[in-house]
Amino acid sequence: MRSTIDRARRAYGAHPLHLLSLLASFALVGYAISLLGVHSLWNDRVWWQSIIVWFLGAIVLHDLVLFPFYALADRSLGAGWRAVTGRAPEATPAVSPRNYLRLPAMASGLLLLMFFPGIIRQGSGSYLRATGLTQQPYLGRWLLLTGAFFAVSAVSYAAATVRVRHRRATAVTPSPPSSDEDPGATVVAATDGEPTW
Amino acid sequence: MDGPGLDAAGESEHEPDVPDGAAGTRADSSAEDSRSEDAPAEGTHGPGSGEFGFPGRLWRTIAEHRPPGLPTSRVFTSPLRGPWLTSVFGFLLLISLPLVALTGLLDYIAYSPRLHQSIPGNVGFLHLPFFNWPTRPVWLFQVTEGLHVCLGLILVPVVLAKLWSVMPKLFTWPPLRSVAELLERLSLVMIVGGIVFEMATGILNIQYDYLFGFNFYTAHYFGAWVFMTGFVVHVALKFPTMVRSLRSRSLRDELRTPLADTVPEEPDVDGLVPTDPGPPTLSRRGALALVGGGSLLVAVLTVGQSIGGVARDAALLIPRGRSYGDGPNDFQINKTAVAASIDPSTTGPAWRLSLTGGAGEVTLDREMLMAMHQHTADLPIACVEGWSTTQRWTGVRLADLAGLAGVPHPAKAHVQSLEGGGGFSEAWLQQNQVLDPDALLALRVNGVDLSPDHGYPARVIVPALPGVHCTKWVRSIEFVR
Repeated sequence: MRSTIDRARRAYGAHPLHLLSLLASFALVGYAISLLGVHSLWNDRVWWQSIIVWFLGAIVLHDLVLFPFYALADRSLGAGWRAVTGRAPEATPAVSPRNYLRLPAMASGLLLLMFFPGIIRQGSGSYLRATGLTQQPYLGRWLLLTGAFFAVSAVSYAAATVRVRHRRATAVTPSPPSSDEDPGATVVAATDGEPTW
Repeated sequence: MDGPGLDAAGESEHEPDVPDGAAGTRADSSAEDSRSEDAPAEGTHGPGSGEFGFPGRLWRTIAEHRPPGLPTSRVFTSPLRGPWLTSVFGFLLLISLPLVALTGLLDYIAYSPRLHQSIPGNVGFLHLPFFNWPTRPVWLFQVTEGLHVCLGLILVPVVLAKLWSVMPKLFTWPPLRSVAELLERLSLVMIVGGIVFEMATGILNIQYDYLFGFNFYTAHYFGAWVFMTGFVVHVALKFPTMVRSLRSRSLRDELRTPLADTVPEEPDVDGLVPTDPGPPTLSRRGALALVGGGSLLVAVLTVGQSIGGVARDAALLIPRGRSYGDGPNDFQINKTAVAASIDPSTTGPAWRLSLTGGAGEVTLDREMLMAMHQHTADLPIACVEGWSTTQRWTGVRLADLAGLAGVPHPAKAHVQSLEGGGGFSEAWLQQNQVLDPDALLALRVNGVDLSPDHGYPARVIVPALPGVHCTKWVRSIEFVR
C-alpha cells in the first residue's frame, strides 16, 4: 500500500491528497461557471468588458504591469542614490533619504490606486445620478494628502539628520572619525527614522 | 558592521555552512525530500522540488528551454523576502478574508433570496443556508455591509504585500516539474485572479465607476466563489508550510531587530529567499509597519462612510464622506429624483397611495396619511457601497397600512415606486419586515417633509433592510396573504 502511494506520489509529483483536493476545487469552479453560464463570461460587443477578460486581466495587470512598475521605480531610486553618493562621497547626506522618499510616495500611490475614479473623474455620470454631486473635490484632496505625506516625511528627515549630526558631533570629539563611520551612521539613522508612520 | 548595510560577506557570516545561496537551496530541498520519505504521512502534501514527475521528458524539455529575457531569480534581491514574511501576510489574510467573504454572503441573504430578489438569481448550492433576514438589531445590515466593504479596502495593502512577497515564484524556471505543479499553478489563477478581480470590481463599484460594463452583483458573487475555492485549497495545501515558516522566526525578536541587524531568512525550497540578496533598506519590522500603516491610512479614510459622525469628515476620497449641508434633509442620497425620472407633477397634490391585497383597493392622499397615527424611529439606512447614516424618520407603520388594506397578517408585501422601470424601482418585503413596529412608510425625516431626493411624498424605511429596498417615491403597496 505504502509503496503504491510512494510510486503514485513520484509520478504525480505530490501526495494523492493534493490531486484530490485540486480536482475538487476545479469541479467547484466549473460548477460556478456553469451557473453563471459560459456565454456570460464573454461580451460580444465590447470585448474588454468581459468577465473573463477582467479576471485574467487582473493577474496580468498586477503581475506584469503594476509590480514591474513599482519595482523598477524603487530600483531606479536606489540606483540614483548610489550614483549620487558614488560620485560625490563628500556631499553624501548623513541620513539616506531613500525611505523618506519611498514612504510618502507609496502612501500617495496607494490612494491613487484605490481611489483613482474620483481623482481622475471617471464615471462622473453615474456618480452625479447617484449622489447629486460632482467629483470636483477629489483631485485637490489627493494632492493635498500627497503634499502632507511629503511634508511630514521632510520634517522627520530633518529631525533624523539633526539627530545623527548631533550624535556624530559628540562621538567625534575624543578622536577623529574613521572612514568607516559615515555609512554606519547612515544605517543607524535610517533605522531610527524608519517606522515613523 | 564593516560596510554600508549588509553585503555578501555579512550574509555568509550569518550562514557559514552555505557558501552559495543557490547551492544552499539545492541542499535544503534534498534534505526536504529525504525528510518526506521518512515520514510520508505528515508534513507537506505539496509538490516536492528537485526531481521531475511523469512524464519526465516533457518537464525536462521545458526546463532546458528557458525563454530568453525571462528575469532570473537574481533580479529579486530584497533580503526581506522569505517564507516567514510571506507566512505572516498569509496568516493575516487567513483570519481576515473569511470575514469579508462571510459578510458578503450574508448580504446576499439580506436581499431576500426567498423572495427572488437577490442578485444573481440562480446560484445553485453556492450560498449560505437561506433564512429570513431579521429586522433586529436595526444596525445588522449596516454592520455586515460596512464590515464587508471597509475590511475589504483595509486589506488591499496586505494583499499587495503578500503578492509582492511571492513574486519570485512567478519567474522561476522550470515553472513546472510535474502534473502536481501544473495543477497547483492553475489553482493559483483562482486565488490571485480572484482576489484582484474582487477588489478591483468592489473598489470601482463603491465609487459608482462602472468601467467594467458587466453586472457587478453577478460578477462579484461568482468571482467570490472562484476566489473562495482557490483560497480554501491554497490554505489546505500551504497550511503546514505556513505553520513551519511562522515557527522559523520569532515575531517578538523580529520586532526588536533594527535595520542594521536585518539578515535574509534561511534559503528555502520555494526560492522566496533571494540567492543574491542586496543590502536591506528596511527592517522586517519596518516592512510590517509599512503594510500596517497602509492599512491604517485606508481605514482612517474609509470607515467614516459607515460609522458617520466626525469620522465621516475623514472619508476624504470616497463618495460617502461628502457633506450636503446642515439641514434636516442633508444626508447621503443614492439616487436623485432627476436620475429616477420622477415627474414633479406626480408627487404634488395629485399623488395617491394605492393599497391592495384586501377586498378592494384603498386609496390615500398625503393628508390622509398625515392624519393617521405617526410613529418616529431612529433608523440607519445602509447601502451596498458600504456607507450608512442614521436619521430620525416619522411616518405611518406599514403594519397599520396592512390593517387598513384588510390584510393585517400579510405573508409579504410588494412596494412599487413612481420611478419607471430600472433596478430597484420596486421591492418585496418579508412578513417580519412589514410587521416590525419600526417599519414605516416615512413621510418626514428629522422633523420636516422628505426632500424630493429622499423620496417625497413617501418612502419605505425598515430596520436592517438594505437601502435599495427602502423604496422611494412609493405609489403602491400590495399586501399578499
